[in-house]
Amino acid sequence: MKEEMMKILVPMKQVPDLVEELEIDSSGKRLNRDFLKFKLNEFDEHALEEALLLKEQHGGEVVVVTLDMAEADNLLFTAIAKGADKIFKIPGNCDEGIDCHSAAQMFATAAKSIGFDLILTGVQAADDRDGQVGMLLAAFLGLPHVSVVTGLSLEGASAIVHKEYAGGVMAEFEVVLPAVFGIQAARHTPRYAPVSKVRQAWKTSKIETVDGGTVPASNGSVVNRMFKPESGKRAELIEGSPDDVAGKIVDLLKSRGLL
Amino acid sequence: MPNDVFVVAEHLKNKLSDVTFEMLGKGREIADACGGKLVAVVLGSGTKDLAAQLGVADSVISVDDPALEHFSPEAYRIVLSSVVKDRQPKLTLIANTSMGMDLAAPLSAELNIPLVAYCKGLSADSGNVSVTSQLYAGKVDVESSITSAQAIISVLAGSFAGDAGRSERTPSIEEVRPSTSLNDLRVKFRRLVEPEPSDVDITKEEKLVSIGRGIQSQDNIALAEELAAALGGAISASRPIIDNGWLPKSRQVGKSGMSVKPKLYLTLGISGAPEHVEGMKDAATIIAVNTDPRAPIFDIADYAVVGDLFDIVPALTERIKGAKG
Repeated sequence: MKEEMMKILVPMKQVPDLVEELEIDSSGKRLNRDFLKFKLNEFDEHALEEALLLKEQHGGEVVVVTLDMAEADNLLFTAIAKGADKIFKIPGNCDEGIDCHSAAQMFATAAKSIGFDLILTGVQAADDRDGQVGMLLAAFLGLPHVSVVTGLSLEGASAIVHKEYAGGVMAEFEVVLPAVFGIQAARHTPRYAPVSKVRQAWKTSKIETVDGGTVPASNGSVVNRMFKPESGKRAELIEGSPDDVAGKIVDLLKSRGLL
Repeated sequence: MPNDVFVVAEHLKNKLSDVTFEMLGKGREIADACGGKLVAVVLGSGTKDLAAQLGVADSVISVDDPALEHFSPEAYRIVLSSVVKDRQPKLTLIANTSMGMDLAAPLSAELNIPLVAYCKGLSADSGNVSVTSQLYAGKVDVESSITSAQAIISVLAGSFAGDAGRSERTPSIEEVRPSTSLNDLRVKFRRLVEPEPSDVDITKEEKLVSIGRGIQSQDNIALAEELAAALGGAISASRPIIDNGWLPKSRQVGKSGMSVKPKLYLTLGISGAPEHVEGMKDAATIIAVNTDPRAPIFDIADYAVVGDLFDIVPALTERIKGAKG
């Protein structure tokens, strides 16, 4: 494989914005989608950053693919503004939500027709009830995979990746490409795309469509209910002016022998 | 067998991880409720000592091969896949950890067995299995029923009691050979990279001031450092601070960082994502400062301050300095 021809595919998905209050609808089985705001999965943002860094080092192209829902167009044009070369949307309205097995199958079909040398995607997302998309995708494509990757470099036709374990320990693997990596964190904080560049991308770039195929109805588990977790214990509130709060904290530190 | 529960043992540097025992304890309960056997599966090389610790299980399947000396996403998946395909357990429990994430989803896709991930609760009632998943960064739990004959469950560390998974009993061990060659694989383990030695070992500090996204900029870290100094402690941080390069990896608390148990853990602008909580929930006293009253950190904290850390911290630092005279 010639490095300058490297084609890096970045499948991206959106998740509910967790800064907003999440409501459960009257069925008790789904989030209330009326007021749900969606945003790009933050780990996918790291995957894109890592892809762009690799392109800057080795050349090649970065191709982003996403599902047809909510902020898809904005997400894709933002990727262009950051430096992606091509953007694809898989048609088929996913506004009602989609499970990860189905999403991974659609990405797999799309990936085969787009072509790629390497797939980078987020290690996980906040709504992965039935597993992480990246590793499902790897299996559907029959490709080697490493998840929880924080460091990535290319050596000829292989990638050297660092996989994070607990306690700050990492394992280093050499992986023959093509492969799928679940990115935990890019080497740098994901870059910011200025609004003007995103606006320009809306005007000058084109979203291509790619077929995701028909996805068999998923089965095997059904959602019974969704609920907000009850906390085991309630924290004791410390209230008042900043100075009052500081005084109360000092008192409790003293009473616990911490000062 | 149709009612058996398999638990995939996880180990690193010849030590079984706590989540293995947590899964075994829960697995024991579920296997008994379903009238099946509890089977532990250990992959590795020279793992006799590890297998011997799995006596809570009715039996242990041990796949011992030099190619499995170190965890490898590919070799471990190949072997585990053939074991599960061959034995058809009702449930296969895999840790929702770095290693487990390279096994559970690929196995599910490859064998067409449904997967329920992020499990923090598991029960069985006359053979019907119910799984509670922790989703949306701990803000919403989702309860699912398994409707197929087999399922894979990926289990969050710290969800179940580990004691129930430990036993002095010697398990019966069945040695199984890998059914296919593990040579010429596409994923090769090279080495373990140990964390760089650090000036401060946060696992040994009695007092930690821990910062998160709410600190906003690298310059503001000085505020937290001053507070930590006044307390006679050190500063630690949640993942975003480390990813931004504002503090070294050795200061990271959480799932992929350090697990700490200080006497005092004071958080500033940390929301309390499950990955962070996993590393600090056992601190003796937890005081949390956050502007968002709904932040999950307040579910684990002993004391909650809903407010702006930029108001609280300077006042607190001054008070502590005053109190110490």
